[in-house]
Amino acid sequence: MASIIEGYLGKRVDGTRSRMPARLDRWQSATGVFLGLFMWAHMLFVSTILISKDFMYAVTRMFEGSFLFSEPHPVIVALSVAFVFAVFIVHAGLAMRKFPYKWKEYKMLKTHAFALRHGDTNLWMVQAFTGFMMFFLGSVHLYILMSNADKIGPFASSDRVWSEGMWPLYLLLLFAVELHGSIGLYRLCMKWGWCNGSDARAARKRLKKAKWIITVFFLTLGLLTLAAYIKIGQEHRSHYGERYHPAAALVLPYSPVQEVRS
Amino acid sequence: MPDTAQNKGRMLTFEILQYNPSDPESKPHMVTYHLEETPGMTLFVALNMIREKFEPDLAFDFVCRAGICGSCGMMVNGKPLLACRTLTRDYPDGHIQLMPMPSFKLIKDLSVVTGQWMDKMSKRVESWIHTKEEHDITRIEEPVEPEVADETFELDRCIECGICVSSCATALMRPDFVGAVGLNRIARFDVDPHDERTTEDYYELVGDDNGIFGCMTLLGCEDHCPKNLPLQEKIAYMRRKLATAKDTGGGLEIRVEG
Ligand code: HEM
Ligand code: SF4
Ligand code: FES
Repeated sequence: MASIIEGYLGKRVDGTRSRMPARLDRWQSATGVFLGLFMWAHMLFVSTILISKDFMYAVTRMFEGSFLFSEPHPVIVALSVAFVFAVFIVHAGLAMRKFPYKWKEYKMLKTHAFALRHGDTNLWMVQAFTGFMMFFLGSVHLYILMSNADKIGPFASSDRVWSEGMWPLYLLLLFAVELHGSIGLYRLCMKWGWCNGSDARAARKRLKKAKWIITVFFLTLGLLTLAAYIKIGQEHRSHYGERYHPAAALVLPYSPVQEVRS
Repeated sequence: MPDTAQNKGRMLTFEILQYNPSDPESKPHMVTYHLEETPGMTLFVALNMIREKFEPDLAFDFVCRAGICGSCGMMVNGKPLLACRTLTRDYPDGHIQLMPMPSFKLIKDLSVVTGQWMDKMSKRVESWIHTKEEHDITRIEEPVEPEVADETFELDRCIECGICVSSCATALMRPDFVGAVGLNRIARFDVDPHDERTTEDYYELVGDDNGIFGCMTLLGCEDHCPKNLPLQEKIAYMRRKLATAKDTGGGLEIRVEG
């Protein structure tokens, strides 16, 4: 009943303001932090292909539970992706409240941002634009991985990138995520004052610099990684669909890994 | 290189919006003026010369000419600035475009009413000391620690020029947004020991998406405030406080009769 009254009258029965806006703001930031940090870890995992196919294979096996079971359990991967997907959806739902919706708002924003030539306003524009891109790019990627959790590995992933034509989407997603994430984490520190210290203005300068270094680092790493998958995918094209067998498994004929598809 | 009176100044090009919303005939348009630069010329000086030489009814506001009263804010090449504190020599290409500050009611040309907006904001954040203490002028006032007093004075330096509002995309897109000036005001009363309001009281004033949670941290305010107020720091501080404000109510009392 209290909720119905609040809904119709716009105020709570005792006249106080709802704590919901505070809660939503906290969740927006919490999901942003999770996704931002997750994307760093994610990039480090996928880039293991730059070290070797075996290493990348070992990492995917680890996520399938190799440290607990001898059999691979891709369902662990599927559930993890589902969780990230859920966080992603909640974040998108909360953050999209800040988009300009009406043409008039958009016009004002565009005129202002172009005229003001102000760094952090421009960064927000990039963040909103890349966020919008990720509605589509991110959803496609997440759904495919969730429903193909057993098909991750040095060859399976490269086949997806090249033979299944995913590389253009990954290229766009890479730019969107790296820009959006690092800008977002910088903005979070500003928004909540987490890194202000005793001299907030000096801290902001340092943080901004760190933000750019991080963006360039992850973009470079991402481009190299994508290139590596593309190259493997091209070489593996004639064996499309075949799975990877790690060198170690060939050397150790009795290793349980051998029975396992890659 | 110091200007000297003998040097002939360079020619400046001013593009100025002209529009009178109260005249149904008037259409907003830009007018260009060429003016010779004089030593140490500010926009205040330039606008007066333009009014003298070319456009007797050009409207713009100035009072103190010293960055104190906050009445001369305008958009200078897209940036909100105090015109009396803006030197023409800071524009190397000599091209200066002047527009009225958006988000405030336009009177004419470059003249806007910031007062109305500020009044509404002041009422909204209840910009006065809230205390139950009875004033007794025969007794000596409670002393306030100098550091605490300084903190209050620091935030009290706001001149209500409205530049933080005009530099904020959030405020421009969403006219009901309380703006940095309003959030700074809340922070000012929060540090002032005379004010007895609690975090929960402030939540009632700005605890929504038109208030503190509407801020998108674009930091236009922080980077343009002519008084250099620590707006990022203070808004973040209030946000942390208000985001974790205790929930004091919301319950329903049901009365059953008969
Ligand atoms: C459909 C997907 C997404 C959309 C539509 C979206 C949209 C947005 C928008 C508009 C903002 C700005 C919010 C504001 O100014 O208050 C934002 C903030 C943020 N986003 Fe995203 N985003 C998406 C996905 C992601 C992903 C995948 C990451 C991780 C890399 C991420 C990390 C962040 C962070 C850290 C913030 C700052 C949070 C805050 O200001 O509270 N977002 N997002
Ligand atoms: S906070 Fe700064 S920019 Fe905003 S009204 Fe006050 S003095 Fe002007
Ligand atoms: S005229 Fe007073 S601040 Fe410019």
